[in-house]
Formats: sequence, C-alpha cells, structure tokens
Amino acid sequence: MPLSPVATHSSESADREYVWTLNFGPQHPATHTTLRLVLTLDGEKVLKAVPYIGYLHSGFEKLAEHLDFNQYVTIADRMNYLSPLANEIAWHHSVEKLLGIELTPRCRYLRTILAELMRLHDHLLNLGTTALDLGGFTAFLYFFQQREHIYDIVELASGQRFHTSYTRVGGVLFDVNTDWVNRVRKFIREFPPVYEEVDRLLTKNRIFVDRTQGIGYLSREDAINLSATGPVARASGVERDLRRDDPYLAYSELDFDVICSRGGDCYARYLVRMQEMLESLKILEQAIENIPSGPVNIAVDSDMVLPPKPAVYRSIEGLIQHFEMVMPNRSHDVPREQVYAATESPNGELGFYIVGNDESRAWRARTRPPSFIHFAMFPHMIRDHQLSDVVAVLGSLNIIAAELDR
Amino acid sequence: MVSLQELQDQFGSEIQERVFRDNRFIDVPAEQLLQLLSGLKTQFSFDMLVDITAVDWLDYEGATDRFSVVYLLLNVDSGERLTVRTAVNLPDPALPSVCSLWMGADWMEREVYDMFGISFTEHPDLRRILMPEEFSAFPLRKDYPLKGRGERHNFPVITRSEG
Amino acid sequence: MAVGLPENIFITRLDAAANWARSNSLWPMPFATACCGIELMATAASRHDLARFGAEVMRFSPRQCDLLIVAGRVVMKMLPVLQRIWLQMPEPKWCISMGACACSGGVFDTYAVVQGVDRFIPVDMYVPGCPPRPEQLLAAVIDMQEKVRRTGTIMGREFVSRDTSSGPSPFDLQEQHRIEDSRLIQLGGFSAAATSTVEGDA
Repeated sequence: MPLSPVATHSSESADREYVWTLNFGPQHPATHTTLRLVLTLDGEKVLKAVPYIGYLHSGFEKLAEHLDFNQYVTIADRMNYLSPLANEIAWHHSVEKLLGIELTPRCRYLRTILAELMRLHDHLLNLGTTALDLGGFTAFLYFFQQREHIYDIVELASGQRFHTSYTRVGGVLFDVNTDWVNRVRKFIREFPPVYEEVDRLLTKNRIFVDRTQGIGYLSREDAINLSATGPVARASGVERDLRRDDPYLAYSELDFDVICSRGGDCYARYLVRMQEMLESLKILEQAIENIPSGPVNIAVDSDMVLPPKPAVYRSIEGLIQHFEMVMPNRSHDVPREQVYAATESPNGELGFYIVGNDESRAWRARTRPPSFIHFAMFPHMIRDHQLSDVVAVLGSLNIIAAELDR
Repeated sequence: MVSLQELQDQFGSEIQERVFRDNRFIDVPAEQLLQLLSGLKTQFSFDMLVDITAVDWLDYEGATDRFSVVYLLLNVDSGERLTVRTAVNLPDPALPSVCSLWMGADWMEREVYDMFGISFTEHPDLRRILMPEEFSAFPLRKDYPLKGRGERHNFPVITRSEG
Repeated sequence: MAVGLPENIFITRLDAAANWARSNSLWPMPFATACCGIELMATAASRHDLARFGAEVMRFSPRQCDLLIVAGRVVMKMLPVLQRIWLQMPEPKWCISMGACACSGGVFDTYAVVQGVDRFIPVDMYVPGCPPRPEQLLAAVIDMQEKVRRTGTIMGREFVSRDTSSGPSPFDLQEQHRIEDSRLIQLGGFSAAATSTVEGDA
C-alpha cells in the first residue's frame, strides 16, 4: 500500500480528546545524538510524528566557502562521525572530478580499503546500538571491540584514531607501510568469528526479530519517491549501489555482490547491513592482496597536490611548491564550472555539488546528506506503530545528527 | 538517454544544455520549470529526485542572476543522471514546489528556503527547518557573514549560584 | 588508628566522608551531541571501560546525575536545552566540557555554534582534543574525582562562593561589536529584543 503525504499541521485527530503528545528528544539516549520528535499518541499508538531538526546545525556548507579544498577535509570529517574517512573520500572524489585529476592506482586501492573499513565501522556501531536500544547489550560490546581494531588501523595510517583528515587532493597525507597491510590482514582474519557470534546472538533472537520484523515498512515505490539510497533503499528492493552502477576508485576491478532484500522493514535493513559487512570483508581481502606498488600521490609537478613533507622541510624547492599550493589564488587551476559527484557512503549516496571559482576554494559546496533524506521518511514510516517501535525505526535508518543538520 | 532536441520540442526552445565531465546540465527558465520536471518524471522516467540545492551568485564574476536552484534527477533503472538548473532573483525569489511530483522534495525545499530565503509556492509546510523559528536572516546567502551577526551569543548566562 | 576506639571505627571529618563517597560514585549525564559522543561511548565500551572508575552509571535523566559531560558542539538551538538540563540536575553537580567544540567552538567558528559552553554554564573541567581520546576522558574523570575530594564540602559551600561564571569572560570585544552592529542595522536579530525593534520600526 503506497504511503500518503503527511500533512504536518492537520487537525484530523484534534477532536479526539484522549490523544496525547509526547516530546522525544532533543536529548534522548535512543536518538544517540540530537534530534527531536513530537509524537501524537493514542494510547501507545503513534498517530503522527513531527520531527524537528537543526539541533546540531553548525554551518558546514558556509565553512566550505571559506576553506580551501584541502582544509575542508577536516570539516567534512566531522559530518558523519561513524565513518569519518568515507566523508573525506566523498569530498575529495568530488573535488578531483571538478579539477579533472586521475588518481594513481595505489591511491585508488588504498582509498577503497579505507572506504570499506569505514563501511564496517559504521555498520558495526549502527547494528550494535540498534541492538542496545532494543535490549541486547552484548552485541554492542562485541562490535565495539572490533571498532577499536579499526580505530587502530586508521591511527596507524594517519596518526589520528577518529577524525583522520587523511585524504588530500590528488592522494593522501602519506603512504602506508607493510606493517599496516599486515594489520589489515590480521583484522580480516579476526573479524569473522566475532561476526558469527553476534549473528548467532541477534539474527534468530526471538525478541530482536519480534521487535524489528514488519516494523517501519517501506515499499520500493516509496523508497524511490522519497529519494532513499544506500542500505535503506536496498532493503526495500531498489537494486542500486554506486560502487557497481557508477564505479569509482577501484571498485570496477573488484568482485562483490550488491545485497538487496524485498522485506522493506527494520529486520530487512538489519539483514542487509549484516550481509554488507561480509561483502566489505570480501572487498578488503581482494584489495589488500592486490594493492599495487608505486607512488600514492599524483606527480607534484602537476601543480595539484601538496609536495611530500620531507621535501617541504628539507629543500627550498619543496618549500616553494608547498607555499604555492597553500596560497588561495596561486594553487589549483579550478574551472569555473559546477559538478556533482557521489560515492556510496555506508549510509547511502553521499554527494557533493561543488561550484568552482578561480581560487582553490569552492564558491558553494552542497552536501547531499543521506541522513537528512532518510529522516524525512520517518513520519511516514512510523505512523500507526507502537511507541516502542520509534527507537527500532530510528536505529534502522541510522540517523547521524551532524550529517542531518550539517 | 534523453536528448536536448526532444526536450526543446516539448518544453520550449529556451532550454539550454551544458556538459561538464559526466554531468549534464539543463538550464530552464523558471516559468517552464514545473512543466519540464513533471515531463522528465512521467515521460523520461526520472523517478528519483536526488537533491535540491541553490547557489548564491552575488559578486560571482560574470553572473547575471542572483540565485540558481538546482534539481539533481536520477533514473533509477538506467542510472542516468540529469541536473536541471533555473534562475531566480530578488526581491521575491519563488519557484513552484515539486512536492506533488516527488514526496522527498519536502525537506529539501524547506532547507533551501531556510538557507537562502527562496520560497516554494504550494509547498505543504514551508517553515524553517535547521535554524530556529525566530531567526530572521538566511545564512547561506553571500551577504551573511560566516561568524554571524552575534546571534550565537544572545543567551542568558547561568552562574554557579543560580544553578 | 586512634587509641581507645574499638575495632572497625574510623574518625574522619564529615566533609571528607561525603567527598569520598561522592567522588567514587559519579553519575554522569552524557550530553552527547556530536563526534565526542562516539568517543564517550567508546570510553564506556569494552576496551576502555569507564566502570573501573565508578563512573559508568550513565543516567539519561538529569535529575539522577551529578556530573554533566558536554560531549560535542552546542549550537544556538541546543543551548537552551543544555541550560535547562544543567538547572534540572540536583546539587552538588559538576560539569566536564569534552572536546574542542564544547570548550571553545573548535573548528566551527560559524554563525550557529556557541563558542564554548563555559560562556553560558559553569564548567569545572576542560578536555582538549577533537575528539579527545578515551584515555583523556578517563584522565578527566580521575581529575574530577581528585577535585571533588580536595575542594568538596558536604553543604556545597565551595559553589556558593563562586557567583560569576567560571570560564573566560563571556564576550570578546569583537563579538560584542558584532552584536551591537546587528542591533543598529537591524538585520537578522535573534533575540526577542532585536526582533521587536525591527517590528517597531516597520
């Protein structure tokens, strides 16, 4: 049955005196971050949900107009803080499309590995906290242990465990070494047993299944009409994955499946995320074994990339090159054009619409945030469900407030 | 793939095309916008509205209009993308709402209204979405300073003895 | 051990006994808004385990807590909520400002972000970092315990003496000028006062 638009100010239930209003958020443990819902309830049945957002609006897009392409990566990091590197990769993917930069093979593989690690990172926390909200604490602890291993891996590569600011226009901050590669291999070996354990804990758990199956149904037509992407859309039967349909980085050379489901409910979204983790592991395995050698950044004389740090500190040429690159009006040769490029972030299609000006900062950089678009569907999905289903649906949509509000 | 000729035949010859990298842009006057978008949805099956955004062109060299509003469309089955751009100007920037075509446009249009002050006629619920209701400026306009006009510090201070 | 007392009897000051109890059972109220909230979660989760320091009882109702941890940036739409939560917490209470954004606005020097929560609520402990590592937060909790032990009194006299906000001065001069300018040119005022001036003139 297709969903009808929800009129936010309708008075359809105003004459029913027994309905009551519940304020949910903006500081509530199950929202994990800051979002607010005003629920109109009939007993425990949700008649209407009106979301109020903006409790974390920090002016990301305004900042993008004031920082250059390399500086803004620190801000893009803080957008979806479950998978910081995925935002960096998406941002520089768009910038590199605007500038017309072709990455080196090693960089493409390295970024692919990092992007897939971030997909695991995101799904681990999302599934863990969803289970936590639905009453299962153990899965959260098991999964968080694995997240700590991923933290260690990105820390080894970039020096920071959380907001790495690792990618640069035309490459990355610095190359990884064999230690790092072995660390990733070790993670790939150690992850499946934990995964299986959590799978046994949750997938056929009576309570978990009862609380998610048939909850928050989204049909394929509605998913498309409401612009859903990523795991949410794929759980509703939209067979679309930018990694396969619009390949970027090294995805065209790797073998993986796109996980879809026809279920459309919270349980289907849980299953899709669980299966996607296995696919990510498959991609990681192939990419880490086939990572090409060679330079990780494009050539310095292309005037697009920052010179390596040892050259900056030890030679006058390197210092001059670095200086030229950080001067706003002397660095990149930016076309006065507009470009939209998107990547498949863990949460869905994360794209940037960039307007180029003559200088190396964007005139306008619009983020296409999957959380924002998914949260808009929430009032449609929660109607006529129970109050306790609110956390199940919120968890399955994976709403990240910083990405929601920017 | 939808050709420019088809669109021009159907929706008027003012429609222009521009290609940059793999992006295709269709520029359309604001009057034909709704007609073009509904045509693209129903006849050319661009069934997903990926995003709506706007750009402020104040002081941009060579720009003739103040704002452009950008609609990113996607055909889910074929994967074809199309970007439709239109221009609006002060003092009363307004466009028809596309909520009747794509339900997902609801919040996107509210955000453009909130950030740029471009209103969408016949939108079911056009309110501010990210900024507080009392806020009266439009922060992503180029004439609004990055650090704001002091709104961020207009709050009472709670001291220890009050707490 | 004092002479003449039976076994298992200690003599101490009431203040010290209260501080000992309070400092070892801090109940945090996690006001987690952004990235730091995830690190706060990591601090409480498997590897770092905040429970080792007696502060794992995260209560999401401010009325049951005595330690407010502001984790993440606070924007102007959220600040009234933060203030209300602070007022709802019973005395004695303390506040940890976690991360660069909560301490000073961090990288977000923009129109919407409050440049440090200490301008509007009292803060006892600042944790630098963007976001701070879980170890840093653990250190802050330990320092907090030390501070409670050292300065606490059973009647909360240490709070009464401080009647000004404990952070840096709430306004920098530039900010003050911007506020004055905005009222003069009457563009986009946020406070009720500024809005009413605009209406009055129109």
